[in-house]
Amino acid sequence: MALLEVNNLSISFGGLRAVDNFNLQIEKGELYGLIGPNGAGKTTVFNLLTGVYKPDEGFIRLDGKDITGHKTIEINKDGIARTFQNIRLFKQLTVLDNVKAGLHNHHSYSTLTGIFRLPRYWKTEKEMNERAMEILKVFGLEDSAGLLASNLPYGQQRKLEIARALATEPKLLLLDEPAAGMNPNETKELMDTIRFVRDQFEMTILLIEHDMKLVSGICEKLTVLNFGQILTQGDTGTVLNDPEVIKAYLGDE
Amino acid sequence: MKRRMSKATVSSLSNYGLIIAIFIIVQICSAAGVLTNQIEGLLIPVCIYVIAAISLNLVVGISGELSLGHAGFMCVGAFSSALFSRLMEDSMATGPRFFIAILIGALVAACFGFLIGIPVLRLRGDYLAIVTLAFGEIIKNLLNIVYLGRDENGIHLARDAAGLHMSAEGDTIIKGAQGISGTPRDSSFIVGVILILVTLFIVQNIINSRTGRAIMAIRDNRIAAESIGINVTKYKLLAFTVSAALAGVAGALYSHNLSSLTVSRFDYNMSILILVYVVLGGIGSIKGSIIATIILYVLPEMLRFLQDYRMLIYAVVLIAMMLFNWSPASIAWRERIKEKFKRNKTKGVS
Amino acid sequence: MSFLSYLINGISLGSVYAIIALGYTMVYGIAKMLNFAHGDVIMIGAYVVFTAMTGFNVNPIVSVIIAMVVCTVLGIVIERVAYKPLRNASSNLAVLITAIGVSYLLQNVALLVFGADTKSFSSVVQLPPLVLAGGALTIQGTTIVTIAANIVIMIALMLFVNRSKPGQAMQAVSEDRGAAELMGINVNGTIALTFAIGSALAAIAGALLCSAYSTLTPYTGAMPGIKAFVAAVFGGIGSIPGAMIGGLLLGVIENLSRAYISSEIADAIVFAVLIVVLLVKPAGLFGKNVQEKV
Repeated sequence: MALLEVNNLSISFGGLRAVDNFNLQIEKGELYGLIGPNGAGKTTVFNLLTGVYKPDEGFIRLDGKDITGHKTIEINKDGIARTFQNIRLFKQLTVLDNVKAGLHNHHSYSTLTGIFRLPRYWKTEKEMNERAMEILKVFGLEDSAGLLASNLPYGQQRKLEIARALATEPKLLLLDEPAAGMNPNETKELMDTIRFVRDQFEMTILLIEHDMKLVSGICEKLTVLNFGQILTQGDTGTVLNDPEVIKAYLGDE
Repeated sequence: MKRRMSKATVSSLSNYGLIIAIFIIVQICSAAGVLTNQIEGLLIPVCIYVIAAISLNLVVGISGELSLGHAGFMCVGAFSSALFSRLMEDSMATGPRFFIAILIGALVAACFGFLIGIPVLRLRGDYLAIVTLAFGEIIKNLLNIVYLGRDENGIHLARDAAGLHMSAEGDTIIKGAQGISGTPRDSSFIVGVILILVTLFIVQNIINSRTGRAIMAIRDNRIAAESIGINVTKYKLLAFTVSAALAGVAGALYSHNLSSLTVSRFDYNMSILILVYVVLGGIGSIKGSIIATIILYVLPEMLRFLQDYRMLIYAVVLIAMMLFNWSPASIAWRERIKEKFKRNKTKGVS
Repeated sequence: MSFLSYLINGISLGSVYAIIALGYTMVYGIAKMLNFAHGDVIMIGAYVVFTAMTGFNVNPIVSVIIAMVVCTVLGIVIERVAYKPLRNASSNLAVLITAIGVSYLLQNVALLVFGADTKSFSSVVQLPPLVLAGGALTIQGTTIVTIAANIVIMIALMLFVNRSKPGQAMQAVSEDRGAAELMGINVNGTIALTFAIGSALAAIAGALLCSAYSTLTPYTGAMPGIKAFVAAVFGGIGSIPGAMIGGLLLGVIENLSRAYISSEIADAIVFAVLIVVLLVKPAGLFGKNVQEKV
């Protein structure tokens, strides 16, 4: 059974069918790419998967469980975490606290425990610090733990966002243009990190990306969206050589 | 990482230290007889406003929502606690009675905070501000038509004095716009200081916990906070309710500092005054709230000899301070001066 | 008949709120700030009219025009000195607190110059009252003029904002200040113009408000200022018809509650209606509800 199963997903905004009859199957451990020209509806798919929008039609199943129409916070608890195209960090919090915020639902104690500093507070906070530092190490951010997130350089902010998403212990990780604004060296490093995350955390990853080097370098399978509809899907090599895809990207002739 | 942890702790501890140090200094001065009656009279009000400012900072600074109705919660806390004290005046000893009165003030204000928060926190920014202001005014207006009295037949509640139907020996406790009278004056400076410490304990420990992280995460980016499974409504409401409860504590201290109290004191100007303390002290900075409140409350009182010019000067100083602290041009200018100073210093060394 | 009379007085009060709210809504739309001092500009305007009329025996209309000039200058100066430096501050609370400071300042200047005593303000309108239905319904001249002034002002503003070049510049700046600047619009000038218009309207509102209530103190403007802001929010902030409808509704609700329910809780009812409206329509009656894009 596929980890993520999306069937006939559709949504319209005032007559415009932004996503139409979208289907997707992702197996556990796969690195899957979602590509397409600007405005094709890729981020809308992410927003549908994470409950920001409710689909008009279709269903979403994660690990066999129907999560269609769940709210964003429920979907995170169900096991989907994401990053954003325009970075959304907690800017006034430290790098460490950003990741600890991601651990919110997995290392829990009540507000009263926090106020009265009961033993559980100290124990859980210690666990959280250790776990957060572990995750930060994966991304080489351990030395910046005490910095404010807004003071990180751009490339590291993108990494921190992935780290924060991973902290919620998802089954499926959605990355929205993780390489946007990075130089070729940073992109290469990011590709290694994504691969490492997949192997180390046994993670299933769905990513939106425009950088074809990254896509062809790490994605095993691809779905191409155009005008809200699936143009083609399948193995990366096959899809990228499909004349339809080339046409969608480069236009006729 | 350890250093960062200790930084938060050190900052929290230094705030307790600051309050205790001020307390000791005041006690020494008092014992030495150098405190004028005027300053003695300011001690409890300063405690009240410090508590109010710290608790408002939880909403404005930590939760990032602009509230202009803080005085409304103080009002509710003041009246509910004073009413309890009046009703229990003869049947309880002062200490436990005041203790329970403060708890009641906090609890009633918290209930109001919770009930108001549910609808209000759906709104954002200035809309939230104007609605909290509206709620503060509603509370004030409604309390203005409450008449409550007690006689041998029990407690009477009505919309006007005549409606109470009291017997001749009856005791009218709340008289509408004239407010509540005969409240025992249980407040003292030491109780005020203890309550500040309790407020600090609650607010600082919330900030440095999982709860505070969630609240600040929502402040910094609501959408991202939702995406990692943080319940936005719950934590906003929690911050709002705790803040209201602590405002209720400040209110209880207020009502037990005066034998009679009218509702009209708790108008939106009081909310604004507290907001001024919070913003001038630095949004989100607890120590800033404490220091700004003390200075800004005591200063105008010290300037009483200026009479009519007092509030004028206060207004000018307020505007000047805001421009100096916040305008990008002034910030850049200060940076340049700092740079220059540093460069000169290093030059001097080499 | 008494209902009709309360209703008409409500519309008149609402017209004053509407005129103030128009100024509020334009300033908010363009500067994105709660101008707490707006109510006090009203009060200053009223004092100028009062001084001109009783101190110097100036004709009422001329007095109002003088007040408009004074308030316009005042509005521009306040914006330049106190608000403009904070336009790009890191928190919008900064300019809010500064506006509160300006409010205190104006109140205390008035206190020093004019004293704390209540001035009795004679109406700027010298029309005779209109007696209808054989004396059963009397409408004061002030009431008629207030309502008429409101309608004229609203139409003029609508025409100005939608048809004139500076008006369209205002719309552009309130939509997107950065983009407007890139398009060659003089943003500073446009914002100053908005404050000028808002303050001139405040002077008119001040004269009409005090004509209706015939009293004037340094704190006269504060509560109407708040209520006018409520009216602007009610109608959907930034919308000119919204401010007008919001102001009228507010005035009518307030006056009818005062008459039929209780004068003590009339304000509470007004505020309660605002809250209900905002809960149903979070951006007000005519406001645009902009969702944050993910």
